Order: sequence, then C-alpha cells, then structure tokens
Amino acid sequence: MCLAVPAKIIEKNDMMATVDVEGIQRKISLMLLPDAKKGDFVLMHAGFAIQTIDEQEANYTAQLLKEVAQNDNA
Amino acid sequence: MIMPEECKKAAEFFLQNIDRLITKPTRFMEVCGTHTVSIFRSGIRQLLPEKVDLVSGPGCPVCVTPNDYMDTAIAYAKNSNVIITTFGDMLKVPGTSTSLYEARAEGADIRIVYSPLDALQLAINNPAKKIIFLAVGFETTAPLTAATIQTAQKKQINNFFILSAHKWTYTALDALLSDPTIKVDGFLLPGHVCVITGEAPFSFVSERYAKPAVIAGFEALDILRAVYMLALQVQNGQAKIENAYKRVVRTEGNPIAQNAISSVFSNTSANWRGFGGIENSGMTVNAAYAQYDALHSIPVTKENSRENPACRCGDVLKGNINPTQCPLFKKICTPEHPAGACMVSIEGTCHAWYKYGQGRYHYGR
Repeated sequence: MCLAVPAKIIEKNDMMATVDVEGIQRKISLMLLPDAKKGDFVLMHAGFAIQTIDEQEANYTAQLLKEVAQNDNA
Repeated sequence: MIMPEECKKAAEFFLQNIDRLITKPTRFMEVCGTHTVSIFRSGIRQLLPEKVDLVSGPGCPVCVTPNDYMDTAIAYAKNSNVIITTFGDMLKVPGTSTSLYEARAEGADIRIVYSPLDALQLAINNPAKKIIFLAVGFETTAPLTAATIQTAQKKQINNFFILSAHKWTYTALDALLSDPTIKVDGFLLPGHVCVITGEAPFSFVSERYAKPAVIAGFEALDILRAVYMLALQVQNGQAKIENAYKRVVRTEGNPIAQNAISSVFSNTSANWRGFGGIENSGMTVNAAYAQYDALHSIPVTKENSRENPACRCGDVLKGNINPTQCPLFKKICTPEHPAGACMVSIEGTCHAWYKYGQGRYHYGR
C-alpha cells in the first residue's frame, strides 16, 4: 500500500508534473511537493510526488555500500 | 551505481556482522507491508542466522481494516446511485458475509483506481452519480486523500466522498509495546510513512520503551543495513531512532503533507483487526470538510459485522504466531479463497508466507 517509486520530473506545469518512470511517462500532482523542479528526482505514491530524492544522500548510500563491499571482513 | 558483485559483498558484510553482533535469540519487527514483501521476495529471512527472527507487525493497511468497514463499503456498493472507487487490494477482502468482488459480480459499480485523483476525475465525469473513494492507508496515503478533498472543495465538486479508514501507524506500535506479552527487540520503521511524518512520532519507541528502531528503505540492501544497525544498537545496549533512508526521509518529514492531514482530518478511535479499538489511531473527516465524508452525507444500513472466529489474522498481525500456526492457513484459506485480510493483500503476512514459502537455509552453513 505504501509502495512508492522514484520518478524524474521532465515537465512542470503549476501543480502538475509530467514524470518519467523507467521510460514510462505519466502526470502526477505536486500539491504535496510544490517546490519540486524540472529535473528533480521525486518519490511518487499513488499519483502524487511526496518527497524529493536527495541525490547526495543516494550517492552517500551507494558509496557506503561500496566501502562495505571493499572491507567485507572488517 | 553499485555493481552486482559489490551488492553481494555488502550483503555478506552485513550478514556476517549481524551473526557476530547478535548472541542470543532476537526478534525484530517490521511494520510495513512493502517491507514484508521485499523481505520475502529477496529471501532475507532465509539468509539471516537462525537466532535472528524477522516478524511482520500491523503494517498492511488492508489487513488491519476490520469487517465492519468492509460491510459498510459493500452496503454502499449496493446503492445504485453510488460508484465505489478503491485500490485493487480491497476488492477480495471478505466482509462478514460477502466481498466487494462478489458485490461487483452481482452488478455493483466498483472501479479500481490508482490514485484518489482518479476517483475525483470519475466524479467530474459522472455528475449524476455519487463517487465514494475507499480511503484506506497509513500516513503515506492519508495526505493524498486530504489533498484530493481540498481539490474537490476548490473545484466545487459535490458528488465526491470518502469512507475513511486512514490510520496512524505509530499508535499500533504503541499498543503493541504496551502489551507485556509481546516480545520484540527492535523495529524496522516504515520508510514511506516516515517520509511524511519524519522521526518525531516514533521517538517514543526508544524514549518510553527503550527499544532500538531504524527507519529502513525497501531494497534488499537497505533492509540488511537496517538490521545490521539494529544489531549494533543491541550489542551496545542502545535504544535510539536512526535513519537509514536519508535519501527520502527528512528528520521533519514532509510538513506540507502533515498540514494536509491536519487540515482535513481529526483523530478518532479506530478499530484495528487483531487489536480492537485504539484511541486516536484513526483519521476522520473533520467538520470543515464533513460534506465529503460518506458517513455524514449518504445514509447507509449495513449488516451486523462479525469476524471469522477461526481466522488468526489478529495474532499474525501482532507477531504472536506465524501464519503456519493458523488452522486455516493453506487449507481453507488461500489467495484464491481467502478467509482473512492477511491472505488477500499481496502485502499481507499470510499471502507472503503462502507465496514465498517459509523454508530457510542458514547463512554460512
């Protein structure tokens, strides 16, 4: 039920955005995330953007997992 | 980008260290149906050492919705002026004597929607009908319903209604933790609920009950990392809230979504399957938006609701038993003919056990 997936905003028109989800485009509402901008990656749940994905944090997580992988007997 | 080989190594690191840090039988609970599915699909239960048990709590909104709600929805569906709109999960949930699925087969107009906004659009397209959206879900979904109601008001759409079963997840955690018979050593907190709420509503888990809790994402490695962080806390005798899903969970959550909830809903006592009534755990449409509340605006008479006494859904939802300990599981209760909600929803604990089996092999052995 609380399934939410990442989507990229490719067009913003007031409180609606066209997003790309793994190659599929659809329109979602930005009512709960009005400051989202074109180009942002957002978390999408049931037709609404609910949060911006922090790319720095996403990269940090990836980096952390890479470090963990390199020190697998730490 | 993390390569598959790196993923594998990271998983090995987490599993080895969980094995090292945990020295006695330990139970961690997740309270999110999406976690349940991800854990089963990725085989994490089988990979963890036997002493670490991952149990599912009351994290599937469909599963905790009692028969009383289903019976009301079915009664509305039988009104020929009404179109019921719902997420697909609800269709097969049994009420006391029938389900929405059966009601639809008998001619009721019931449509599956992806978003509450789709239900609102249906109201615009069908001005002569009353459109009722079955508003089921936790904090992640409630602000969407709230924003849809606000849109209906702005656009002056007067044939859109909701039947609210929205609930606050943390209240069920509180109810669980206040029960001394429940043994849980730590929690994986629901990532997408926390996207909305932030960390604050869950701080009581560590502050009042001295249990560790980690906000977890939904990839297999997110979950393993969160279990590893729980194991570290257990080893160090700590109990704090940690956030392992910072790429979308901000400490303060999404204030606009929180504001949408508090503008449209007020708290009320709500029934949870398995728990009974929990004070202030439900969201009901407040007086300012009462016209959008189906119960306020459209009279309905429903049958007297009963729960199936043989179904152990309630004990499963509390983590007291696993589904194989229910006498109905896999015998008369299957995904095709579910006896209880936990078997209906693809996020239900019984459904996940049925679909993915419960065999486990032990890491490193």
